Amino acid sequence: MYNFEFVKPSTVAEAVAALASEDAQALGGGQTLIPTMKQRLASPAKLVSLTGIEEMKEIDSDGKVLTIGGGVTHAEVAAGGYGAISELAGNIGDPAVRNRGTIGGSLANNDPSADYPAAVLASNATIVTNNRTIAADDYFEGMFSTALMDGEIIISVQFPVPEAANYQKFEQPASRFALVGVFVAKYPDGVRVAVTGASEGGVFRWTAAEEALSASFSPDALDGLSLDAEGMIEDLHGSPAYRAHLVKVLTARAVAAA
Amino acid sequence: MPKDHGIGASPKRREDVRFLTGNGKYTDDINAPNQTYVYFVRSDVAHGTINKIDTSDAEKMPGVVRIFTGADFEGVGGVPCGWQVTDRFGEPMQEPAHPVLAQGKVRHVGDPIVAVVAETLEQARDAAEVLEVDITELPAVIDMKEALKEGAPKVHDDLTSNLCYDWGFVEENREAVDEAIKNAAHVTTLELRNNRLVANPMEPRVAIGEYDASNDEYTLYTTSQNPHVIRLLMGAFVLGIPEHKLRVVSPDVGGGFGTKIFHYAEEAFCTFAAKAINRPVKWTSSRSEAFMSDAHGRDHVTKIELALDKDNNFLAVRTDTYANMGAYLSTFAPSVPTWLHGTLMAGNYTTPLIYVNVKAVFTNTVPVDAYRGAGRPEASFQLERVIDKAARELGVDPIALRRQNFIKPDQFPYATPVAVEYDTGNYDATMDKIEEIADLAGFEARKAESAKNGKLRGLGIAHYIEACGIAPSNLVGQLGARAGLYESATVRVNATGSISVMTGSHSHGQGHETAFPQVIAEMIGIDESQIDIVHGDTAKIPMGMGTYGSRSLAVGGSAMVKAAEKVIAKAKKIAAHLLEAGEDDIELANGEFTVAGTDKSVAWGDVTLAAYVPHNYPLEDLEPGLEETAFYDPANFTYPSGAYACEVEVDPETGKVEVCSFAAADDFGNIINPMIVDGQVHGGIAQGIGQALLENCVYDSDGQLLSGSYMDYTMPRADDLPNYTVDHSCQTPCTHNPLGVKGCGEAGAIGSPPAVINAVVDALSDYGITHIDMPATPARVWEAIQAAK
Repeated sequence: MYNFEFVKPSTVAEAVAALASEDAQALGGGQTLIPTMKQRLASPAKLVSLTGIEEMKEIDSDGKVLTIGGGVTHAEVAAGGYGAISELAGNIGDPAVRNRGTIGGSLANNDPSADYPAAVLASNATIVTNNRTIAADDYFEGMFSTALMDGEIIISVQFPVPEAANYQKFEQPASRFALVGVFVAKYPDGVRVAVTGASEGGVFRWTAAEEALSASFSPDALDGLSLDAEGMIEDLHGSPAYRAHLVKVLTARAVAAA
Repeated sequence: MPKDHGIGASPKRREDVRFLTGNGKYTDDINAPNQTYVYFVRSDVAHGTINKIDTSDAEKMPGVVRIFTGADFEGVGGVPCGWQVTDRFGEPMQEPAHPVLAQGKVRHVGDPIVAVVAETLEQARDAAEVLEVDITELPAVIDMKEALKEGAPKVHDDLTSNLCYDWGFVEENREAVDEAIKNAAHVTTLELRNNRLVANPMEPRVAIGEYDASNDEYTLYTTSQNPHVIRLLMGAFVLGIPEHKLRVVSPDVGGGFGTKIFHYAEEAFCTFAAKAINRPVKWTSSRSEAFMSDAHGRDHVTKIELALDKDNNFLAVRTDTYANMGAYLSTFAPSVPTWLHGTLMAGNYTTPLIYVNVKAVFTNTVPVDAYRGAGRPEASFQLERVIDKAARELGVDPIALRRQNFIKPDQFPYATPVAVEYDTGNYDATMDKIEEIADLAGFEARKAESAKNGKLRGLGIAHYIEACGIAPSNLVGQLGARAGLYESATVRVNATGSISVMTGSHSHGQGHETAFPQVIAEMIGIDESQIDIVHGDTAKIPMGMGTYGSRSLAVGGSAMVKAAEKVIAKAKKIAAHLLEAGEDDIELANGEFTVAGTDKSVAWGDVTLAAYVPHNYPLEDLEPGLEETAFYDPANFTYPSGAYACEVEVDPETGKVEVCSFAAADDFGNIINPMIVDGQVHGGIAQGIGQALLENCVYDSDGQLLSGSYMDYTMPRADDLPNYTVDHSCQTPCTHNPLGVKGCGEAGAIGSPPAVINAVVDALSDYGITHIDMPATPARVWEAIQAAK
């Protein structure tokens, strides 16, 4: 690890100001950034910790919208009893990761195998930053790439509460990230299906399945559908065809469990 | 009624108190005054020519003490190999040079090129980043069969090819085996791969070199399973330091699994550099470095044929194996696919004709050497898989086929056609036991229940044998070992009767500090708390060969018993004097010497006190003191065996395999501490399930290590494993060591991979699948199902 400066502001405004300096980098729970720095693969001049900002640590639900602060840890979401999102959060990493890692950090990093992007995209959630709101469909721009501008901070994420939802994760055996993860969410105006882990383009919506499930919310509705393996990830743990196949299996299981 | 002390009792492991409370003293916990730190710059290409190394900028970096390259080691010996295999034409194996730091070429990703020594590790790393190492990348050879093709790039330019040796065993049987297979009623053929593994002990390797200029003495602290072996290899073959000037200390070591047997370049570097800069030099491996510098395990590609007559009796076995050596010969690498593998190809069976061919191959990968089981798992896996396949082809019960061909209890001692003689065993007994404890009768009902949930349930049986208690020195000498494989012990009785046992066996998780005192306590009749085990320091213990090959109790324990017998014999002489009785009338029990048939007695502590305060003592006949040393060289290997049963459920939609249950019925001969034996078996099974379902070390065709971290190398975790049912009540004691013990350290890792894969294949048998390679990952199982559909 190289030397760096460390600041821990207590307000969003202070954090934004601190991030304006050259080579400054926001630090959430550090579950990706710190190991990367230890391997000398990242060398920010200044780390701006977001863990001291109280307004980013709140969870609020009015029954229609669940708002989770950007600095809320996975463990806190897991313990909150918010249905599929809590179950998802309870299966991220291990206890150490869940007690440090935050939803804002996960979404800003946008690892193609992370769990939260599937929940956010399937829920049509809104990302609230320090200077705007971003719809989920506009937020994810590919592996490790998002609509966030330099220095922009995720203050909270607003999830419309679904009628039914479920997340099915098939773990990559070594890392236990999602080899494929499918989040299905049913709303009065239709069903959304978001897939993580599978695609070289990062999290995506399986629109054919959404249409079929919006017409009939049952696993049988997926009969005859298949996902093209083109563009799926190929690695030690699975071929594109295997991942495409798993998407369908997990979507059906999510519908059955929702 | 279970015993509460001595042999057969299960006291908790005393060493765990310090391990679990953070008070263990591992090598990395040792810090010398004025210590420096070394960072190794390692090759990031698999094969290349070093054109130029420019250290001038790096030397000016803050904190840099000195930078070493291969040029500093010209005139210094290379890392030696401890075993020379003779090929089937009578020629010695090809044995390449292995410099401490690369000279001229790099040969695998991770090959150390430059060593930067600095005041801190961070400063060493900073300096390493400004080094200039100019390498021209060369085509790499990764696949063994490609490496043997005419015109393949050569890993070592001065060798004639990438073939280390072509070994045949037993060479005289070659034609007879060919003939038997040609004429057999049935031949089952199986091609398989024994996957490459990374040992991954919890504690990475560490080395600290120290030099004392006042008396020209060196000390190496290192994470070794056998400090005396390191002292011999490094002192005699690499650095030319006589043993009396070199001390090697291996304190608490956090697991070895074989990979800490070997002498490594980093140890030699730290010792050499400590003198060069006249300051201590410390190296602590990162986990990433461990993946590319610790010797790997397994990596065999094999074709095995089993010939049977019309009544399903085994007639012959022929195997053809390619064994990966990696880029250099690690310490015992040549012995693993040969003498630790070929000699086990009879298994538990009466197969009369066996021929084993092994081609050992150099590739641009990390060296491969012994890993828990070492050669024996590779033998067991082939044999137990091909027997299962034969049973399926012949439509007979796999257990019945095994039983029919078992060596029977009245056939022991049994000389196999592959040069070893099993002293004892009762394979039907362990098979009976596994049928009972694994409830095989209930399998069909459990299978039907799984089917209701859409799961395919499979049952796999394996019956293994291993050769442990390594090894008779005169025999291994004939086979090419460059070391003896005896063990030593000194039993030092102190004046007040407490005892220190200095043993050449090294404990790095095995529980010697608990189990060894149980033996002494039993022999003398004193409490275990009066007995301590001292190990891991060449300055404190007699020349010992260390711990591997499930040898500690069978060989090291035997040396300890021999030394204790000498102590007791002398103590009886002292007691006879004190009791004014004849020596032959003295009996020792419960810590008391008595005169047979009388009520005269003297306590152990009074005798030991007399030995050191010899006021009333037969000084004219007997030296004072009570300390004896024994060296024990085993007459034969020991032959643990056992039956393993595994049940799995396969999810046909995802290919995921869940291990539902695992049972082991082992015959380890006599047992000192049943709890520790349970633990050894549990750990071995975890590693075996890991190999069968999870772990896989993979290189791409350019020689880049794809599974170089825990993001891609799957270690078994608690939730991957079922509860185990473990039994070791079947006991046929070893006939040739004093304790009648056989060794239990590797069994779990030997018997479990074939049991797991047999279960997976059984689960998939409705698809017509007859084999799946390890690890049976979800993707691999799913693909096998798709291919079979």
